[in-house]
Amino acid sequence: MELPKDFEVKLQKEIPTREFTLRVFPKRQIPKVFWYEDELVCTLAYQDHKAPLIFVIAGTGASHNTPQMQKLQNVLYQAGFHVISLTSPTHMDFVVNASIGLPGDPLDDARDLYRVMELAYEKVRGKIDVSEFALSGYSLGAFNAAFVAKLDEEKKLFNFRKVLLINPPVSLYDSVSALDQLLVENVPGGMEKIELWFRNVLAEFSTVTKELEHTELSGDFLYNTYKRLPPSEENLAALIGLAFRMNSANMIFAADVMNGGGYIVPKNAQLSATTSLTRYAMVSYNTSLIDYFNEYLFPYCQKRDPNLTSQTILKRMSLRYIEPYLKSTGKIGLIHNEDDIILIPGDIDYLQGVFGNRARIFPTGGHMGNMFHPDVVSFMIDFLTRKEK
Amino acid sequence: MEFVTEQMKLVTIVVSAMLLMCGCSILPQTSSDTIPPLRTYEDVVKGDSPHLLEVSDSIEGFNRGTNRFNYYFDEYLFLPVVRGYEFILPDYVEDRVSNAIDNISEFGNFTNNIYQLKLKAAGITLSRFVVNSTVGIAGLWDPAGTWGLKRQSEDFGKTLGHYGVGNGSYIVLPIMGPSNVRDTTGLIADTAAFSLAGPAAWVNNTGITTAFSGTSAVDKRHRIPLRYGQTGSPFEYELLRMMYTMKRDCDIAN
Repeated sequence: MELPKDFEVKLQKEIPTREFTLRVFPKRQIPKVFWYEDELVCTLAYQDHKAPLIFVIAGTGASHNTPQMQKLQNVLYQAGFHVISLTSPTHMDFVVNASIGLPGDPLDDARDLYRVMELAYEKVRGKIDVSEFALSGYSLGAFNAAFVAKLDEEKKLFNFRKVLLINPPVSLYDSVSALDQLLVENVPGGMEKIELWFRNVLAEFSTVTKELEHTELSGDFLYNTYKRLPPSEENLAALIGLAFRMNSANMIFAADVMNGGGYIVPKNAQLSATTSLTRYAMVSYNTSLIDYFNEYLFPYCQKRDPNLTSQTILKRMSLRYIEPYLKSTGKIGLIHNEDDIILIPGDIDYLQGVFGNRARIFPTGGHMGNMFHPDVVSFMIDFLTRKEK
Repeated sequence: MEFVTEQMKLVTIVVSAMLLMCGCSILPQTSSDTIPPLRTYEDVVKGDSPHLLEVSDSIEGFNRGTNRFNYYFDEYLFLPVVRGYEFILPDYVEDRVSNAIDNISEFGNFTNNIYQLKLKAAGITLSRFVVNSTVGIAGLWDPAGTWGLKRQSEDFGKTLGHYGVGNGSYIVLPIMGPSNVRDTTGLIADTAAFSLAGPAAWVNNTGITTAFSGTSAVDKRHRIPLRYGQTGSPFEYELLRMMYTMKRDCDIAN
């Protein structure tokens, strides 16, 4: 859960921002079923003087302008950065507009992100005065940032001075399993009863919201009303799991359509703007990210490179894969919480060992629940702006 | 009930006309080399049908087309107008407009509470109207609400639901968005009552009624935070359909 507003760092009311769009692959024909997709949207917050530019990568299934991304942008802007906010490579918009293959392989995702960052900088460089570059991200976005930083050491386009990882998973596969278990283990009566549970939760919300005037159907509907309910651990855990499952479903469906189908949608079939997607939605919501890894992504990787085994791919989906780099470079810092639900036992010790004094581990805070606590923010800003002698 | 049957007939005629106008297929276009996917609906989806997501939707092709129209209408016309409205008026004035419109629309709450024999709620609605129209100066403020007389929202769709009328097929209305046969019937009935026997008839001035309808449409959109594309999901149509249906079910049950 999020930090109550009173404990949060003060945000500036309005900061100068503008949205801009990128056509990453000018020749790409976007399938008709994604009629609402046009170009990849990013946000820029800009200083009126020479300043460092920081890229921020959103977490799983999140877009460039979620409330969390906006707050992070605000905090970094106040610390003196130009900020470019990027949609996660696991979000439908990114998959449709900017991914080359299937999302989920950290090396491919890093290459896709790097291409987008290059184009984004190209687009804004005439308008802002940049002194140097930095990079950050939270959750999966932090995991992506680590791999992008590594890629930049070869490509040397940005030469990031600082990279800050906020609550990354150590092993993507482990974290994804943990999140999926939240759903599977906490729905009362098991997954077969999920619809009954969901109906009850919504009915409860509805009773609560009836007291509020002008309650209209909205994206914030669940979130806002949830805050008014007495918290139940199981419901909360299951809702987090459900949100994660729904985000993954969006990505899996989009990835399948963009790669010709065969997993969720039929191969060699055309979906149009009026095609009913209900059955594909049902299948997607009944597909966990682990299913996707095992049944679709791994065979896809192996087809490209027959030498790969499931084991080697699994190894690649972990910060351990780039451990020597993470250990040796001084530019990458880390913020994490001991009670983060996406970690498994041993992960915190591992991270502490790899990042040493570049890591700041808080005893509580959950998965980014303390991201805008003044102590956390001051560590973030201090790490990003400190000049090493 | 005869009136209701008449309205039902009207909706049926309108819906069939819509169906005829629209030949949009809801099935994917296949060819001889189409291969079924690895995960099929039949293999993967367990449990009793229909599922929450599978709402009765007999004119889905048309609905998806209308949904697309609404998306563009919202983006290029409706929201720019709403943003202009929000830019010109201070928040405080916007809230006064919302209150005044709510006050006038208490008429529908009153009649529908009566239809459902919710006499206490009807009484509260009447008191609210009297208090807010006088002490609240033509409904610009809501003193009744602060005294504990909460708004008792009802509409004819809910009245029909109250008496056991089922949803009927889902319908996406142009501009107004998610609805179903029952609620569309309700909307027509409420609109008819409002203009034939309600505030519009009392005023009996086309200019004022038109200005009211326009302002109330902008005010309504201003108050609904929904933005198309906000879910970030390729299944936004399904999600909206499910949420609308569940929300109305809950509202009727309460």
